[in-house]
Amino acid sequence: MSQEKLELFEVFIRSRRGLDHKHVGSLHAQDHEQALEYARDCYTRRSEGVSIWVVRSRDICASQEEDSESFFDPSDDKPYRLATYYKLPDPVDNM
Amino acid sequence: MNDDDSKQATLAYALRLGDDSLVLGQRISEWVSNAPFLEEDIACGNVALDYIGRARLYYGYAAELAADGRDEDDFAYLRSAREFRNYLIYELPRGDFAFTQVRQLLVDLFNTGYLAALAGSRDATLAAIAAKAIKETRYHLRRSREWVLRLGDGTGESHRRTQKALDDLWGYTHELFEPDALELRLAAAGTGVDTAALKPEWKRALAAVLNEATLSLPADDWAVRGGRTGYHTENLGHLLTQLQSIHRAYPGCRW
Repeated sequence: MSQEKLELFEVFIRSRRGLDHKHVGSLHAQDHEQALEYARDCYTRRSEGVSIWVVRSRDICASQEEDSESFFDPSDDKPYRLATYYKLPDPVDNM
Repeated sequence: MNDDDSKQATLAYALRLGDDSLVLGQRISEWVSNAPFLEEDIACGNVALDYIGRARLYYGYAAELAADGRDEDDFAYLRSAREFRNYLIYELPRGDFAFTQVRQLLVDLFNTGYLAALAGSRDATLAAIAAKAIKETRYHLRRSREWVLRLGDGTGESHRRTQKALDDLWGYTHELFEPDALELRLAAAGTGVDTAALKPEWKRALAAVLNEATLSLPADDWAVRGGRTGYHTENLGHLLTQLQSIHRAYPGCRW
């Protein structure tokens, strides 16, 4: 079987209960079922995970480099959106 | 059966199971760096390691029962082909990818029933090994079942090759379900497994997969036997030559 007939999948692993699934890499497979098994075989063989998500890479809608200016630059001058911008009254000790 | 007889019988039994695991593990490991694509290569390596790990557990237990200074390496590396007692189906060359996956389906289904029964053994060590191994085997079965479906119900060529593999392997499946006196004795004692009892369910589950894969169950018109008595095909000698070469050239070597 040639690799060109396979699809690319992105793999997300939850390493422990309570944590988020994290992107760990990608792999080739014919369908979701096989992708899940290969993810198990390629990414969890040293007990890295308790749950796996796989998703077709082509189903991911990603922001583009040319979007950066309009997407991300506008927040550069809005420090009041960060909690650290606010001075806390002394009685509020640790927040 | 007195205690010593029973110990000797369990030792022989553990060695048989160790031989099955080691020989198949070695065969599957031959796909490492040769599999159709990278992901499958790693998956094959994982399955091979599951079997090698299983062989170590069985041989380790055999060494404990033998209590004569032999260890797992002695059993794996210093016995000749005539002393191995694995079923013949495990030693057949890996063939093409269809052959490997059809063999896996046949033995994964067999082991699913076998290990479930062995997990209830009165022998606590055998039961513990089986309880660990059956989890691996259920995963192996998931893989081999899906591959046989893909290949059987795939292209004209993949269908032809998969059916041919099944036809070529079929005659080696019969001895899996023909327990000898030792195995029957241990089964009666609640230690071992009577494989004859596993056949109806094995065949039913197999027929269901083959039907979905558009493959046909071969006729029972030939059979090859001999693994459990040490009469092997010519393939085992070649396999052991490679498997044992390092240990025989450098006895006791470690790295």
